[in-house]
Amino acid sequence: MVMQPVISVSRLSKIYASGFCALKDVNLDIHRGEIFALLGPNGAGKTTLISIICGIVNPTSGAVRVGGHDIITAYRKARSLIGLVPQELATDAFETVWNTVSFSRGLFGRPANPGYIEKVLRELSLWDRKDSKIITLSGGMKRRVMIAKALSHEPQILFLDEPTAGVDVELHKDMWQTVRELRASGVTIILTTHYIEEAEQMADRVGVINEGEIILIEQKAELMRKLGKKQLTLQLDVRLDAVPPALAPYDLTLSPEGDELIYTYDSKGERSEISSLLADIGRARIRFHDLRTEESSLEDIFVRLVRRS
Amino acid sequence: MNFRAVRTIGRLASHRAQQPEIVNFRAVRAIYLFEMSRTARTLLQSIVSPVISTSLYFVVFGAAIGSRITEIEGVSYGAFIVPGLMMMMLLTQSVANASFGIYFPKFTGTIYEILSAPVSAFEIVLGYVGAAASKSIILGMIILATAGLFVPLRLDHPAWMLAFLVLTALTFSLLGFIIGVWADGFEKLQVVPLLVITPLSFLGGSFYSIKVLPPVWQTIALINPVVYLISGFRWSFYGIADVSVSISLGMTAIFLAVCLAVVWWIFKTGYRLKR
Repeated sequence: MVMQPVISVSRLSKIYASGFCALKDVNLDIHRGEIFALLGPNGAGKTTLISIICGIVNPTSGAVRVGGHDIITAYRKARSLIGLVPQELATDAFETVWNTVSFSRGLFGRPANPGYIEKVLRELSLWDRKDSKIITLSGGMKRRVMIAKALSHEPQILFLDEPTAGVDVELHKDMWQTVRELRASGVTIILTTHYIEEAEQMADRVGVINEGEIILIEQKAELMRKLGKKQLTLQLDVRLDAVPPALAPYDLTLSPEGDELIYTYDSKGERSEISSLLADIGRARIRFHDLRTEESSLEDIFVRLVRRS
Repeated sequence: MNFRAVRTIGRLASHRAQQPEIVNFRAVRAIYLFEMSRTARTLLQSIVSPVISTSLYFVVFGAAIGSRITEIEGVSYGAFIVPGLMMMMLLTQSVANASFGIYFPKFTGTIYEILSAPVSAFEIVLGYVGAAASKSIILGMIILATAGLFVPLRLDHPAWMLAFLVLTALTFSLLGFIIGVWADGFEKLQVVPLLVITPLSFLGGSFYSIKVLPPVWQTIALINPVVYLISGFRWSFYGIADVSVSISLGMTAIFLAVCLAVVWWIFKTGYRLKR
């Protein structure tokens, strides 16, 4: 049995009043319980896409279903499933932590549940500051308040739009731990981040958006396998002026100093090719005293994809 | 700092059926109480300040200057201006409260939460406008009680007085909501109350009956919608009016309908709320 996607975006477009086309015919399915990382350069359309799904921005055309509910005709059911942590630190400066989180729960139509709010605040290390006005909190604390607000109505889907922007390293780690635990409990998480290494660590699947178009959606592991590059670098005993003709089939690169031979191959590359390369190097009487291999990161893949598109 | 497991949170989330109501009363209540708590936080500005400034009008116009003015249609001048002053306060406070109520979340960015919640336009308006109107009505009652300390009051039609009070508070809170949505800066937020509402209130018969004006100016004064509000309200106190009560009620209802239509259009188009 094929599982219904928890979010289904089909042929979604958005043209702002200024004429700027932020989204072009976007199709995207998010699976229940996954962590989906939406990557893209500034202005690519990430926030617009999230904002449309959450009901903050009107779509120009296309359809979005959340939990099987259309976001326009069944907006109540669709929105009640979603918790949103926006990019900007937008808080009620003069309200207390407790009041603002309780307000969010009420806004989503959930009955008051002080025990649950206490649990959320304790687990986000906010309990000691529950009576503090938000204006008195640090940036990291405010970010946690926004997460608490998003979790206040027990959402099944959590959007994190650049959740670690401007957050210190310690909070980064804690936040990602929280995200992992939420996912483990069945919450679907969609995140955007500029820190590609975070997406690399966290995501099950990755979507890349550029200039309003989804240019790739792939399982992270598969993406790394398909598009990842590896490099084998041989540090030579004697400098070379050029790559010997006998090694031409391997498309090797010689470092500017002539002391390193670099062989680039894709992640799926046959090991036998490396073996034959090393054998041919031996036959060409080229000696090396060390070697190293490097693998491209998701960031390298991302940059390559965006440039290509 | 150490985040602890939030597994239980998510487990609750994934296993609990979410059944939004047909009308999200909890959301209306949340918005209403949130707005009312802002009043409680800013008691000096929200309640004490308008009560003091209106009381000063009673002292200056009612007691000091009013003692030298003869009665108007059998009502002492001090008592005559009470409905007008109440209405003036009601208009300005309703507009100010409602416009600030919706403008502030727009300004701080917290409007995202309202727009992404399972809340209808009607519920949003009910929460914000209901709170703004409630504040104005509470203020009106305080001012009425305060006025009783300075001048002899009479209430010929208390039910109608209440009806005018509620209807006007609602209508001008809706107007304030529209202004709050329209405004893209604090200056615009002040423009309508200062440059439109206050002059219209002063010229709408708060301190005088338009019958004392020359005939031409009486006709011109009828263009001012506030004339009808003050006239109807004053009638509920003393049974005297510049224009017929039914016309006053009709004009208030028309203004209410226009405001409702504009609010409906705002939510239908997402004007200055959604991009």
